[in-house]
Amino acid sequence: MVGDGERRISRGGFSGGIRNLAYDPAARGIALQILLVLAIAAIGLEIVSNAVSNLARQGITSGFGFLNHTSGFDISQKLIAYANTSTYARAFWVGLLNTLLVAALGIMLSTVIGFAVGIARLSSNWLIARLAGLYVEVLRNIPPLLMLFAFYFAVLKALPAPRESIVLPLSSYLNVRGLTVPKPMLEAGAGYVGIAFVLALVLAAIIAGWARRLQLATGKTFPTLWTGMALIVFLPAIAFFAAGQPVQFDTPQLGRFNVMGGLTLLPELVALTLGLSLYTAAFIAEIVRSGIVGVPKGQKEASAALGLNERQTMRLVVIPQAMRIIIPPLTNQYLNLTKNSSLAVAIGYPDLVSVFAGTVLNQTNQAIEVIVIVMAVYLFISVVTSLLMNWFNARMALVER
Amino acid sequence: MTSVLRIGSGLAMALVAMLPATGADAQGTLQKVKDRGQLACGVNTGIAGFSAPDDKGNWAGIDVDLCRAIAAAIFNDSSKVKFVPLTAKERFTALQSGEIDVLSRNTTWTMSRDTSAGMNFAGINYFDGQGFMVNTALNVKSAKELSGASICVQTGTTTELNVADYFRQTGMTYKPVVFEKLPETIAAYNAGRCDVFTSDASQLYATRLTLGNPADHIVLPEIISKEPLGPAVRQGDAQWGNIVRWTYFALVNAEELGVTSQNLDQMLESNNPEIRRLLGKEGEFGVGIGLGNDWAYQAIKAVGNYGESFDRNLGEGSRLKISRGQNALWRDGGLQYAPPIR
Amino acid sequence: MKEPANIEPARSTARRPPVRGFDPLGWVRRNLFSSPLNGLLTLAGIYAVWLAGSAVIDWAIVRAVFAGKDGSACAAPGTGACWAFVAAKFDQFIYGRYPEPERLRVDLTMLLGVIGLAGLMIPAVPRKGWFAAYFLFVFPVIAFYLLTGAGFGMVPVETERWGGLMVTLIVAIVGIVASFPVAVLLAIGRRSRLPFVRWASIGFIEMVRGVPLITMLFMASVMLPLFLPDGVTFDKLLRALIGVALFQGAYLAEVIRGGLQAIPRGQYEAADALGLSYPQKIGLIVMPQALKLVIPGIVNSFIALFKDTSLVLIIGLFDLLGIVQQAVSSDAAWFSPSTPLTGYVFAGFVFWVFCFGMSRYAQWMERRLSGGERR
Repeated sequence: MVGDGERRISRGGFSGGIRNLAYDPAARGIALQILLVLAIAAIGLEIVSNAVSNLARQGITSGFGFLNHTSGFDISQKLIAYANTSTYARAFWVGLLNTLLVAALGIMLSTVIGFAVGIARLSSNWLIARLAGLYVEVLRNIPPLLMLFAFYFAVLKALPAPRESIVLPLSSYLNVRGLTVPKPMLEAGAGYVGIAFVLALVLAAIIAGWARRLQLATGKTFPTLWTGMALIVFLPAIAFFAAGQPVQFDTPQLGRFNVMGGLTLLPELVALTLGLSLYTAAFIAEIVRSGIVGVPKGQKEASAALGLNERQTMRLVVIPQAMRIIIPPLTNQYLNLTKNSSLAVAIGYPDLVSVFAGTVLNQTNQAIEVIVIVMAVYLFISVVTSLLMNWFNARMALVER
Repeated sequence: MTSVLRIGSGLAMALVAMLPATGADAQGTLQKVKDRGQLACGVNTGIAGFSAPDDKGNWAGIDVDLCRAIAAAIFNDSSKVKFVPLTAKERFTALQSGEIDVLSRNTTWTMSRDTSAGMNFAGINYFDGQGFMVNTALNVKSAKELSGASICVQTGTTTELNVADYFRQTGMTYKPVVFEKLPETIAAYNAGRCDVFTSDASQLYATRLTLGNPADHIVLPEIISKEPLGPAVRQGDAQWGNIVRWTYFALVNAEELGVTSQNLDQMLESNNPEIRRLLGKEGEFGVGIGLGNDWAYQAIKAVGNYGESFDRNLGEGSRLKISRGQNALWRDGGLQYAPPIR
Repeated sequence: MKEPANIEPARSTARRPPVRGFDPLGWVRRNLFSSPLNGLLTLAGIYAVWLAGSAVIDWAIVRAVFAGKDGSACAAPGTGACWAFVAAKFDQFIYGRYPEPERLRVDLTMLLGVIGLAGLMIPAVPRKGWFAAYFLFVFPVIAFYLLTGAGFGMVPVETERWGGLMVTLIVAIVGIVASFPVAVLLAIGRRSRLPFVRWASIGFIEMVRGVPLITMLFMASVMLPLFLPDGVTFDKLLRALIGVALFQGAYLAEVIRGGLQAIPRGQYEAADALGLSYPQKIGLIVMPQALKLVIPGIVNSFIALFKDTSLVLIIGLFDLLGIVQQAVSSDAAWFSPSTPLTGYVFAGFVFWVFCFGMSRYAQWMERRLSGGERR
């Protein structure tokens, strides 16, 4: 302590110099940062120079030129046109879209299951609460990779061989190769249906806004949900018939090995979506439960005193307030689900990692480029999701006040 | 504070001990292997008949035997080998970076791998070819009938490209289902996810055994590709390449000359000059590749001749019961042919 | 004094006593059949439990095979679990291909680790600082020498022979121990006033958290060798450990940051007022409090890591799941239709036991900590 006092005095006394600079927090901060910059730069330089010399020595070409080469392999699920004569770049987009598809489906499904289980855990029904608790404790303590294996083979086991396909209405087939439904083929005039759909969405939004103002002004409620849904269903339907049914269907038919034609929902996609959703739902359930528990009891009592029934209390009072607690950890779970979708590689779903960091990497030997691209894509997805959820969170917080 | 420093430096030293620095080009691979006292051999993470650990955890298989033979040729001790299990993806990097000395991992010899991936192949210890396996219930007799079928494939191999080529060339369609690793590929085929499982023929036979009733599955007669599988070494070390190549040739020659691990010591007394050269009783062939003259004797003693190794791991002596076929000696109508030792 | 004594008993007899005894019928009505919908849910729940329970018992016990020399024992159609397979491979599932005579060393290491962990995790044990120093600094060194056998006249065992639960535990524990200092530095860095330090920390944390572990592992197994000078190679397990430690470091940093944020400003100011330097302030005042607060968070992130260790099988290391998968798929002696499921169920059960135990511990700690704060 004495030394400390002296230090202060001597600095105040203008007899500083380099020695005192070492004790100056600001100077030390700058020195530390310079050191850090230098260290990072040195490591970066070392890595780059090693990589360059190693690649040169082994005769591995570098750069992204390989993306324009012909891929030569096939992919089982493609949302955009792709064949084995397409380029590696095309394969990348196929993989990326497949990843986004499974992430989107998984997020929706896990949210629904997670909220259901989370609320069930607080149910007054003893058995239901226990079962929900069991669900959470079992599923969240098993590695997701193992769960995917289990789900995949369970899905495969449950479904019949193609020749014993379960024939569903509208000439759809369900078998171990997936669910095949007629594939709509758009013709001229289909655009009107799209326009009608957009129109319906806009109208629904306007009605929702009006209903809101009505409620704020008069307290009267208007069935926004039902009106909106009716609009979105009927308006395009009317346009569809008015335009003379501009859609043809590619009806699936049972071939020698498989159901040919139509649009097929692969069992890999189903298993991956189910596995990821059920796993993530266990975490979401816990988040939802703690969110609901986190809403003060007085709120429920006040809402009961206002004469709202249990469901209204939940929907109008508890959930909106719980959302404030729920959203930040929920974002993390969504991101985890997206990242875990990379486990698709183990069960044969052609996602980004499987197609690009798998087959393409193996065939081109461009390890650095391929992995950098894949990491950058995941990073981008996670930044965008975070930003979206932050925006949503801010909006919820405002509604709060 | 000093104790913390000591512990820290201890940890640092411990970490350094885990990074055996290997001056790749400064000295030959043989010298490096001798200094280390151990051969580092890259093998498959698990494929029956080629390299898989048994109940006791000892590696076994025809690729593994080759590694043991090389270790025996160098050290007179077939246990001085470290097996590094590698996935398809990392096998070439492991060889290029010096993590392993020889890659004996059912790897197909192709031109691009031999010329531009920084490695050289040293021989072909198994002639394979890609085939198709289907369930007999489908009543398929030929690959030509497979149009529209779902096909299970393992990624990271030449297999995926061969299928695409075959179907494009024959104008048929198919639905691929691609897996990262063999176990899932087989499980999916078994569960009926695909009509067809395609892989190297040897793997098809091995796989058939894992299925509920092997008789329910047949391997179709068409072989759609050439898959010469063999050991590979780093480019630029001719001496090391010679050791690997000639150890393999010695095993094949031994079979041709009737030298087995059983009669090895009697054979030392043989009058046949070819056998005498093989076993180091005449000539300086071992010294010529930097080893002892009894190198081949040691290798054969460790794993037997090529035929014994094949039989034990893949043939009648194993559960796989794969016939020699293309891998029979040339004089029996196969392709296994080793240049003479002289 | 007399009057109140007279009034009290009179009042208490007027009140009805609470129902003390257990009323099963009433309990069932209240908790299971309070409304028609609830009744329906209960019945559906009972049916589901019955279906699942009977299927599990049928598979795991009734139709299971408990003894056998090889896969032929389990080959009959309709066979349930093939426990004989697990029994035959049990040692391999625990130790991998670690040489049998040396397995005592693994056991000893585990024992030493458990002592350290128990000392750290049981609140009643005093001298937490010593245990932490032991577990973070002394134990890793001892474990390193014991397991690798480098020096002291022990038989060296290369990491290629390691496997099974042993590798799972090593990856998880090294992951958490090695990532701890990284995480502490990153957490402090993220809250630093120095802009470059802060941005470097944020950049690293967000970058790592934004990508799947699988890509980090691919990077460690395929890219890292290309980043090293020619001829220098890392052990494959070590490469995976580096990948895991960096990954875990970023996640743990966020957990610790949560603890740092919970420390009241007053603590920082009090430290400043005492004239403590920045390292003293963080090391002696802030960090100990913050770490204590985030113990449950640390355990939870350890659970996540423990489950994630199964991903190392994708890069060809044999953790518990990896070695089960290998045994199931490539040991011809044990090929049978029921072997794979049995192996996976066994692996799943082991993972579950560990993770469930730890999550219970985390919950218990959480209650303990929050209880301490409220009262």
